[in-house]
Amino acid sequence: MELNRLTALVTGGSRGLGQALGEALAAAGARVVLVAQHAEPLRAVVAAIRARGGEAHAVVADVAELAAAHAIAGQAAALVGPVDLLVNNASTLGPVPLRLLLDTECEDLSRALEVNLVGPFRLTKALAGSMVLRGHGTIVNISSDAAVEPYERWGAYGASKAALDHLTRIWAAELAGTGVRIFSVDPGEMNTRMHAEAMPEADPATLAAPAWVAAGILALIGEPGGAPSGTRVVVASLAPQMRGSG
Amino acid sequence: MEPARTYPARRDDVRLLVVDPAAGAPGAPGALRELRTGALPSLLAPGDLLVVNDAATLPASLLGRDEAGNAVEARLIGAEGDGTFQAVLFGAGDWHLRTEDRPPPSPASLALGTRLFFGDGELVVVVGKSRPPSHRLVDLAFELAGDALWGALYRAGRPVSYSYLTEALPLWAVQTVYAARPWAFEMPSAGRSLSWEILLALRRRGVGWASLTHAAGLSATGDPAIDAALPLPEHFEIPAATVTAIEETHARGGRVVAAGTTVVRALEGSSAATGAPRAGGGETDLHIETGYRPRVVDGILTGIHATPETHFALLGAFAPRDLLVAALAAAEASGFLSHELGDAMLILPGAIGPGRPAVR
Repeated sequence: MELNRLTALVTGGSRGLGQALGEALAAAGARVVLVAQHAEPLRAVVAAIRARGGEAHAVVADVAELAAAHAIAGQAAALVGPVDLLVNNASTLGPVPLRLLLDTECEDLSRALEVNLVGPFRLTKALAGSMVLRGHGTIVNISSDAAVEPYERWGAYGASKAALDHLTRIWAAELAGTGVRIFSVDPGEMNTRMHAEAMPEADPATLAAPAWVAAGILALIGEPGGAPSGTRVVVASLAPQMRGSG
Repeated sequence: MEPARTYPARRDDVRLLVVDPAAGAPGAPGALRELRTGALPSLLAPGDLLVVNDAATLPASLLGRDEAGNAVEARLIGAEGDGTFQAVLFGAGDWHLRTEDRPPPSPASLALGTRLFFGDGELVVVVGKSRPPSHRLVDLAFELAGDALWGALYRAGRPVSYSYLTEALPLWAVQTVYAARPWAFEMPSAGRSLSWEILLALRRRGVGWASLTHAAGLSATGDPAIDAALPLPEHFEIPAATVTAIEETHARGGRVVAAGTTVVRALEGSSAATGAPRAGGGETDLHIETGYRPRVVDGILTGIHATPETHFALLGAFAPRDLLVAALAAAEASGFLSHELGDAMLILPGAIGPGRPAVR
């Protein structure tokens, strides 16, 4: 997939990996729409991309809201045209410090599922149909190793990401032959605010920089003959040299 | 006929009246058949092409106030692409009232250069000049641009709803399953009943799909002068791949089936000059009606239209009037539901009758 002039929608775009993806895509010539809940930090990211000559637009929305998906999709397509790339990156850990499942409020599990699973489902549903009709498109669901490993206290988040991984596989099966690819991407441990909230004791020097992970994801997207649709891609194994000092 | 007052539980499971103009007289066996929309894949043949309008539907109804505090509703009906829209203005009230029963807007709302405030006041427009045929059809210049404009429009706006509905339409309910750019001011409703189950079954059967984007305007405004002029000129864009697919379809003797009158308007409007559609953007003021001979479109998937007059006017180009009269009577007798969220009709030569007629 040619990144120049590609139309891309990235959720959770105001910081961390979403911001890094927005910056990297815009630097590669893509026309980028970034989605986030809070307007101010999002507008700052968009302004910085524009200041470097990139194209970026802000859509303020909560992906967990029932009514948000078509509003996000409509705004994005109005701003950059039919969307070629969707990155479902926005996600929530729920309350931190993380709690044992026995201490997790039911509402907090529901919220994790709404943001991390149902939101990506709704947005994919709103955008993938147009991709199928046009015969091309790529969807990336940002996952986590917590989707695979049963880490204590990561129950709500891990279960939501495991479900997202499985949703990716079923999307891929149903979209086979349509030209639309979908991946789950495990970015590994990154030096982000989310990671610091979950594991404040971690040494940032041992964590990957979001920009390096974003570069790996762009390589995955840009490689037409690369990983088959439905694959769960671990960024660290895709490009081991990208694991850096942060 | 009763209008559908809410959306069906499943978009692709509504009643479908199949009308086959190639089967002979209205009473001939095989001229009319009642099925459900899930049967669509079996009614098209390998080599046929289904063309859809991929315009997403905007939240085109804006409720607000003018500078004097008068209630006003703007229903967007056309876009210039530079932050200027055309709109029809209404006075107090909302979709619960039939458009023809709505009070007109206050003269203050229509004054050149006055400002209107929508939503929580963040969406501000300056009223521009009126356009024929009505002083209520005005240009609106939004004070915002780019992502700020679109964000405010999606927060303040609601999809156009209809007085016969039991509740206002949410944004999702007015989208097709392949919606892309938000160009439509009302839902291109013929595409509503297409699900991916149906579209993928069509492809497995060897029926192609193609798309275009057509900026469907409002279907009715309650202003007699505007309604008599509808549809107003509308923008469309036809991809080169769609033009190629149509050429290939006709070259192999297949049929081009339009999902809705907006697709017909775009394809036939684009063909007005040379007899064949051209790739690219354009605007059409073509009115499809009885006596019009389609150059591109062989059949149409459509709704059951509001009044016999509208129905015949839109569909007279695809079937003889006596067949349409019989079709509408059959639909009514069987309790078909009409209007935007209602049941469906397929008019296609050879859809039912034995053997497909040679097309061209």
